[in-house]
Amino acid sequence: MIQMTNVSKKYMNHSALHEISLTLPIGKIIGIVGENGSGKSTILKLISGLSYPTSGTVTVNGVTANRRISKVVSYLSELDSFYYIFTVNQAMDFQASQFPDFNLSKAGEIMKFMQLEPQMKIKDLSKGNRARLKIMLTLAREVPYILMDEPLSGLDPMVRESIVKGMISYIDLESQTLIMTSHEIAEIEPLLDCFIAIKGGALLKMIDVEKLHESEGQGITSWMKKNYV
Amino acid sequence: MDEFNASKPIYLQLADRISRQIVSKELKAGEKLPSVRDMGIKYSVNPNTIQRTYSELEREGILETKRGQGTFVTEQEERLVEQRVQLQHEQIQLFVQVMQEMGCSSQEIISGLKDYLNKFDLGDE
Repeated sequence: MIQMTNVSKKYMNHSALHEISLTLPIGKIIGIVGENGSGKSTILKLISGLSYPTSGTVTVNGVTANRRISKVVSYLSELDSFYYIFTVNQAMDFQASQFPDFNLSKAGEIMKFMQLEPQMKIKDLSKGNRARLKIMLTLAREVPYILMDEPLSGLDPMVRESIVKGMISYIDLESQTLIMTSHEIAEIEPLLDCFIAIKGGALLKMIDVEKLHESEGQGITSWMKKNYV
Repeated sequence: MDEFNASKPIYLQLADRISRQIVSKELKAGEKLPSVRDMGIKYSVNPNTIQRTYSELEREGILETKRGQGTFVTEQEERLVEQRVQLQHEQIQLFVQVMQEMGCSSQEIISGLKDYLNKFDLGDE
């Protein structure tokens, strides 16, 4: 379980998050939505221990999130952080050397599924294939929490579809939770159990997607249009 | 959501789809359905949602889960016949409702439907 309690984050004088409290269980696919700069990425960084709250607490399975929380949290950055001289295979081996839980056979399967060429140099990959490689490196870890910051952003529909299907294929909802930020609402909506709506650094609401369809007869996009004016 | 309508839960929309595939014999009595994950991949839908779809159709007696083997279309033919009648009824109800809202009489609805089927040669001989 991930527990955020009264979490605020300030960068210098700028308040990025304000008094966020959230409980995120295992076995779910959760989306974080909101405008650009609303604090979505900050939430993922706090959970993965890459950034610390100014006040409040973030715990993962009862342990305060710091750098060592990467033992149970796999994090996909919005930025590309590869060694560009590596081949796809070398990037995979490097990830395996950093994380003992990295499942090489699963990685191999994902690589095939995503049609990545193992011998290709990263610097020669297309943007879409770099995105697929990042997904493979993040998703092949056997950890309870997988966090992805904008995994679909800036990609063509075919790449987005292969990533979405890759997520469904390789996430194990018996033992894992996937949390991602995205603006591609239409694409992730059928994928989500629930979504967290962030506005100006504050939590608007955490909503069960199917309950929204059932009780209000609307989807995430129309809910957002009403609640972000 | 290209494939789904936001005004109804996805698990029910999928249940409708599967139900129709069974009635149209695209899925046959006793046939095995894909695993929850494979179905999720096919429709790009959360496997938890597919699980709800399967549970709903099991509750309705259309699907059966055999432990360790997977999920199957029921072999209870009477139940499938019943389902066929129910789906037909639902469609007819919708159609009649719209026609009545336009002020059509029962006579007009029946003759209109007959004409349509004849004109497009859709009648069964």
